[in-house]
Amino acid sequence: MNIHEYQAKEILAGYGVKIAEGGLAYSVVEAVQRAREIDGDVWVVKAQIHSGARGKAGGIKVCKTHAEVEKAAEDLLGKKLVTHQTGPAGKICSRLYIEAGTNIAKEMYLSFMIDRVSERVIMIGSAEGGMEIEKLAVTNPEAIIKIYVEPAVGLQDFQARKMAFALGIDPAQLNHAVKTIKGCYRALRDLDANILEINPLVITANNDLIALDAKMVFDENALFRRHKIAELRDNTQVDQREVAAGEAGLSYVGLDGDIGCMINGAGLAMATMDMIKLAGGEPANFLDVGGGASAERTEKAFRLVLADANVKAMLVNIFAGINRCDWIAEGVVQAVKNIDMKIPLVVRLSGTNVEEGRRIIADSGLPIITADTLAEAAEKVVRARNEVAAKKA
Amino acid sequence: MAILINEKTRIIVQGFTGRIGTFHAQEMIDYGSNVVGGVTPGKGGQTHLGLPVFNTVKEAVEQAGAEASIVFVPPAFAADSIMEAADAGIKYCVSITDGIPTQDMMTVKNFLRRFPKEERMLLTGPNCAGTISPGRAMLGIMPGHIYIRGNIGVVGRSGTLGYEAADQMRALGIGISTSVGIGGDPIPGSSHRDILERLEQDPETKVALMIGEIGGPQEVEAGKFAKENMSKPLVAYIAGLTAPEGRRMGHAGAIISSAGESAAEKVSMLKELGVTICPTPSLMGQTVAEVLAKL
Repeated sequence: MNIHEYQAKEILAGYGVKIAEGGLAYSVVEAVQRAREIDGDVWVVKAQIHSGARGKAGGIKVCKTHAEVEKAAEDLLGKKLVTHQTGPAGKICSRLYIEAGTNIAKEMYLSFMIDRVSERVIMIGSAEGGMEIEKLAVTNPEAIIKIYVEPAVGLQDFQARKMAFALGIDPAQLNHAVKTIKGCYRALRDLDANILEINPLVITANNDLIALDAKMVFDENALFRRHKIAELRDNTQVDQREVAAGEAGLSYVGLDGDIGCMINGAGLAMATMDMIKLAGGEPANFLDVGGGASAERTEKAFRLVLADANVKAMLVNIFAGINRCDWIAEGVVQAVKNIDMKIPLVVRLSGTNVEEGRRIIADSGLPIITADTLAEAAEKVVRARNEVAAKKA
Repeated sequence: MAILINEKTRIIVQGFTGRIGTFHAQEMIDYGSNVVGGVTPGKGGQTHLGLPVFNTVKEAVEQAGAEASIVFVPPAFAADSIMEAADAGIKYCVSITDGIPTQDMMTVKNFLRRFPKEERMLLTGPNCAGTISPGRAMLGIMPGHIYIRGNIGVVGRSGTLGYEAADQMRALGIGISTSVGIGGDPIPGSSHRDILERLEQDPETKVALMIGEIGGPQEVEAGKFAKENMSKPLVAYIAGLTAPEGRRMGHAGAIISSAGESAAEKVSMLKELGVTICPTPSLMGQTVAEVLAKL
């Protein structure tokens, strides 16, 4: 789960990480008010969306007067920002963070994440901050320092010092740097974050060490024990179909194609989408209905897939293990009747009670196209999609 | 032979008396697995499905000779159950539980590493369908009837895609020595490589089939292992050709977050390592048949 910059900064401040003075605004009036409360003559108005690279998308505006703050807030609130991380749909900005302008002397990079290879927390730093670490990893891999943390003992002071020196921190700042680095590690471990990134971590002209930006990504599986983190969820930043799917206990990812999919199991879902592509089609979505697909759940899944206006044909591919094909078939028949489905539907059932399932589909009298194998299902749904597209054209 | 489990393996169920544990324990017993009891703390001394219930895994090991366990405990408590099994001297543990926090798995793996390698419990899963040695024993939740006994060793992250592979092979009359689900989580108990190492040692296994996904480095590592250490041919399929970068495709581990993690990149690296690639997911059975015919 992603959270906003201002939320991550608030968390990190609680762990001893210094941040610039700032405040949250939901309106233009509030934005100007926040700027008035912050001393100084430069303010930065920052769009709060769940994405990096906001600067390039025009989401961060440096203002020299309160009037400029007002103008920036007017520009940003309610606006859709498109970055390379948001995809073409962009993300809507409904919150602003107004921060005191910082006089930057040096920019650095610092992050922590759970590393899948070593199965440990890895701390990554670079004396070259402000840019994308992925690019730096390609152009100048030696500039990146990696330190692994032994899970049983946690991050040690000597490791934090090693990182601080590698970042080029002034000896006068060493103690604070160690405190900052260890605070970040503690925040990641205490709150079940998978990723914590400060880019940039800066030294100011006054020789202060502050987190100028902050990103935290939390483990969805751990939210049951992190109630305060779970409350930070902002559903305006997520595809609404994915929100609806999550509430129904389904796993959905919207894509750009026009063949809707409902499949059980994430691996089989990806494989079925691959088959659709190989058959010349493009999937409209990833949808895993999971193990116990009841009639009610099946209907919810159908509604979710069909809510996408691009969908021209739909494929159901179920390999019943714990589940039974006859139950799935009944759910599909009920869903098609209740929804009054207008587009072609291809159903492929396999596994437990498959004959009974196929009989239910055949006896329903509904115009459902059936398939016995994965390849046949993909070919049939692509053909059906092409026929619909030809009719429309 | 087969690997990990056979008809003699003495199995216990952790989370035995719960709804899900009860259902699958019965399915495993019906399949012919040698289930010798289960563990539900606080219900020790009772009888469930005609088998003894123990308070601790240690008691199950001492009193029922338990060697393998299967974990159906809810995600919040699953890591603890796995570590209890390791501590009690269980040799092989399957964790079915889906949704265990990643940092809990980090703790589990660290805990397991404290044991010397020869005494260390092998863990597969979490978030998997389990392991089956067809015709001998099932330690999982799969539909046993789609698996026939034979010479193909299977390792895969996904449950239903594993069923699809077994079904395609069955249609061609090809059977399986052992099929192992390693699960879709970012930190799995065992990797593809760990299982391939065992399949290579198994005299009954002639060909290994690896069913992988986008995300993480483990398929390519398995390919490197096969090139350097395996005499048996390795066939692979990698799901997720259409998956966009940065979007989690259901499984917590199925996300393309860095270079080399997309399906296309993995396929090209595996090809270079001499692994036979299934060109489409509907040709997993066919590809295995072709490799088998050349032996």
